[in-house]
Parts: sequence; C-alpha cells; structure tokens
Amino acid sequence: MTVLRLNNIRKSFGTYDVIKGVDLEINPCEFMVFVGPSGCGKSTLLRLIAGLEDITSGTLTFDEKVVNSLTPSQRGIAMVFQSYALYPHMTVYDNMAFGLKLAKGGPDEIKRRVNEAAEMLQITGYLDRLPKQLSGGQRQRVAIGRAIVRDPKVFLFDEPLSNLDAALRVQTRLEIAKLHAKMHETTMIYVTHDQVEAMTLADRICVLRDGNVEQVGTPMELYEKPQSTFVAGFIGSPKMNFLTEKFADAYRAHTLGVRPEHLEIREKDGTWNGNLILSENLGSESYLYIDIGAKDPLVVRQDGSARQKPGDLLHISPINDNVHRFDQSGHPARA
Amino acid sequence: MPAIIKNTAFYALVVLIVVLAVFPFYYAIITSFKTGSALFTIEYWPTSFSLANYVSVIEAGSFPRNLLNSLIVSGLVVALSLLMAVTAAFALARVRFRGRSLLLLTILSVSMFPQIAVLAGLFEVIRFLGLYNTLWGLIFSYTIFTLPFTVWVLTTFMRDLPIEIEEAAIVDGATPWVIITKVFLPLMWPALVTTGLLAFIAAWNEFLFALTFTSSTETRTVPVIIALLSGASAHEIPWGLIMAASVIVTVPLVVLVLIFQRKIISGLTAGGVKG
Repeated sequence: MTVLRLNNIRKSFGTYDVIKGVDLEINPCEFMVFVGPSGCGKSTLLRLIAGLEDITSGTLTFDEKVVNSLTPSQRGIAMVFQSYALYPHMTVYDNMAFGLKLAKGGPDEIKRRVNEAAEMLQITGYLDRLPKQLSGGQRQRVAIGRAIVRDPKVFLFDEPLSNLDAALRVQTRLEIAKLHAKMHETTMIYVTHDQVEAMTLADRICVLRDGNVEQVGTPMELYEKPQSTFVAGFIGSPKMNFLTEKFADAYRAHTLGVRPEHLEIREKDGTWNGNLILSENLGSESYLYIDIGAKDPLVVRQDGSARQKPGDLLHISPINDNVHRFDQSGHPARA
Repeated sequence: MPAIIKNTAFYALVVLIVVLAVFPFYYAIITSFKTGSALFTIEYWPTSFSLANYVSVIEAGSFPRNLLNSLIVSGLVVALSLLMAVTAAFALARVRFRGRSLLLLTILSVSMFPQIAVLAGLFEVIRFLGLYNTLWGLIFSYTIFTLPFTVWVLTTFMRDLPIEIEEAAIVDGATPWVIITKVFLPLMWPALVTTGLLAFIAAWNEFLFALTFTSSTETRTVPVIIALLSGASAHEIPWGLIMAASVIVTVPLVVLVLIFQRKIISGLTAGGVKG
C-alpha cells in the first residue's frame, strides 16, 4: 500500500538531460506502465525510482518519506531486469534466497517464502537447477520469483518480456497480470516500449517523450482522449491516421486523427475516396491501405478478410464522426 | 603420395618442436639420476638410476627449509596480490571516478620497468622498513611486481561481467564486499586461477630480488640456493645436486598446472574473447 510521489525529478548525465522535470503520483497498489519510444527516458526513470541511479534534482517520496538517498533495498523495492540477471553460479533456490539471506532471515522463513513464490510461479520442479539449464521463459519466472520473495513495497519491471519470443510473451504477460491480481497490496511499475503490453496490463499509463511526461491516464482515457498527436499516434495498433491540409480544414483542425478501426468502407458517398494500394489479411481482420491523395496512405481496419482488389475505388467515412481534432501545437483543438 | 609426405612433414615438425622444448628438462632429469664421473659423459638415454643426488640434496643443510621458504613466499604473494587485485579491479572496472583510465595506464606502465632499474631503490625501502633478510621483504617486493599484471587482467575480466547481475545484487541488498565475494568471485574463478598461477610461478622462480634482499641461508628461496650450491672445492660444480634440486623445485609447479589445467584454458579465453 505504498504511494509514490515524484516531484520535479531531473536526471542529467554530464550536460545531457535525460529526465527533464517529471511530476507524477503513483497510487497505492496501482499497476503503472511507463511507455514511450526508445530513448525517451522511461528506463532511466524506473532506475531512479529503484535507486540504481542518483536523482540529479527533485524529490522522490515513498509514503511521504523522501527516499532520494536510500539504497534500493532500504527503499523496499524489487526489480525484474530485461536480461533476467540471474546469478549464473547459484541454483534457482539460491537465486531466490540470496536477498533473504542478506537480510538475515531465519532459514525456515527463507525456505517457506521461496517455496511459496516457487509454487505461485510453478517453478517448484527446478529449484535445484542452474540458470543455464533453464529456457528463457523459465529464467524470467525465476527472476520474477526472486523479486516476489522479497515481498517488496514497490515492484519494478524493466521490459521483462523483450527477450522472449512472441508466444511466450503473451503467456508471460498474462501471468504478470495474474500476479498483479494476487499481489494486490503491491504497487507495480512496468516499463515497456510495446503499447499492447501497456494497454493490457496497466491501471494507468504514463506516456513519456524526450524526458517529459506527455500524458498520464487509464488505457481507455489515452485511447479515447489523447492529449496530443504523439500520444494519439503511440497508443493503438495499427497507428492512428493523421490527415492535414484540406482534409483537416474541413473539420476546422490543423491535424485530423482517425483510428483505422473507426473508418468504414461504404457503397457510395464516402467522406474520402481513393484507390486501394494494398491489403493485409490477418484472417479475423484485415487492413486496407488506401491512397486518398494525402501524404500517407489511409489505413482502414475491416472485419474478416478483404474482398477488395488493389486498384479498386473505395469510399471511406469515419464511423459516427469518431475523429480527433488537433491544433497547430499538436494538442486537441477547442473550437 | 603427396598426402603421406605432407603428413610426415607435419609430424616431423611436431617432433622437432617437442624435442627442442622438452629436451632441456629431459636432460636435467636424466642427469639428476647420475653420479660420479658418469655426469660428464654425454648420454641421451638414461643409463644409470640412482637417487643419491636427491638424498644428499634433501639431507644436506637447509634445502627443505628453503623449499618451505619458497612455498610461504609464493603462497602469500598469490594470496595478497589476488586479494588486493580483486578489490582494486572492482573499483577500476565498476566504480566511476575521475582519473580512472589514467590510473589504469599508470598501473600498466609500472610493470614495464625492468627489475634491475628499481633494485637499488627497493633495497633502500626494504632496509628502511626493516624487512631486509626476512621473507616479508621478498613478499613485499614480489607483490609490487605481480600486482600490475593481476590488476590489469582482473579489471578486464570484471568489466565483462554483466552489469545487470551487479544491479540485481544491489537490489537484493548486497554491499560492494558481498557483491565481490558472493557474486563476482564465483564467476571469476578461471581468471583468478590463471592470474594466481602465473603470479605463483613468477614468485617461485624469481632470482634477482631473492639474491639481493636476503643474506642468510635460512631466509633464502630455492632458486638462489640452487645457484649457490657448491661442491667440495670452488672449482667443482655439483651438477648432479643442482639437477636434482631443480627437478624437485619444478614438481610443485607441474602439479599445480595439472590440477588447474582446464581452468587455465577456459580462463585465458574467457577474459580475451568476450570483448
């Protein structure tokens, strides 16, 4: 039940500013996801919270207590690293027990907690194996187990799924979601560049860009009411279509954003008309790339597989006028 | 036909190299088994077998004591230099501080000085510290000469250890000392064994410092004692004794190398290949 408060946090490496003044409150028991393109500072921000990097200026509080100068273990955090970072010479059991042994836990207590965590993650079978005898997915479970046994106040994940293959990634994502449900007293912060992970796992998402917070909100808030073209383009897959000039002028906006799933193909009287360039069939749905005379082809999502052929003239309209209007600065247009 | 010629040429070359490399040791061993005037006849195969030289080396005077001295000095030099080098390597590889690379280069350049260049100065230091004619004087001077190499190798090795493992240990609440001893040391065995063994061999065979910094027979190490072995008269060189002593001195090294053989090989590649 820990509340984290970041107060004008800054981090510079030499003269280069990585984090440029972040204000953020993370609620107790919340699953917060930091998301953004590579180089936006999301991992650095996580490492500042972890205590692996020194905060250049600003204050970080856990439950109103300033923790700027505390070590990671004094802060009561646990962290899962992208590369697993298991101790190669220790068995799975010893890997998980290492932190507890350092904290001078009793042997019975250590055993109980390790076994509990192992059971939760279904790794009881290989407690006496070495990391090199495990597959990638098993290693990542051990890394998560090592974090769980410490019973942390704040649980940090640094792109934990990036090294796994696609099928395993989905499976492990589900398990992290289940873990969050089980450890409902623990605040979790999760860093990823993958917006699908962010949307599926998060209670709230914090979108970062160039060391600044771009927008914070629930996944649905970000999806429905993006506060900038950056967030609008980052959240949602495939990416939102952006139209400018005459297309946007018709809507009294500088930039017009329409999600591919909010467009439909009509028999006639389309808002926009154009020829099909290419269609991508995924079976359950398909994406049509249509040249309507704008800078980039317009992407339209369609249920089922596409029947249209490249070259066909198509009429497209936004469903229920579901469009996002942005002004010159990239923020939502008021008028 | 050409294949046979190729093969023969290849093995002939191998034999030549092996003979050139091993012959001096082989000759020392067969000489050590000879006595009397047989010593001065040139024979390439063992003709006589007598342990008389070994018996008289071990019984005569201080040789066992000198052997023990060598063991103490080399053992302590290895222990001390590894302890200091591991801690220094942690700082040099993992702690960011001003002048780190300058310090590393200085350490490397120290090891470039020939022994003879520092002999006089080091002699004064050892006299000043009251270590003259003690084993500590040797341990002190050998450690100085071993450390640059040890620090350099271990620093390179430690730099290659993944940073995440260290960070995971920090998150687990480990202090730098715990990280070094519980996390890094087990991963560094190959490097430690390699550098430790090289340091041991260097200390074991060292002659110049041992000759200069000790004066009495009880404090001398084996290489000096062997060189100073003398026969009944000043003109007689006791080759049999010298060879027997040399063989005895080589045995511990051979044993050590055999024990750690595998580790050395993996150690030499582990540090070098993964850049």
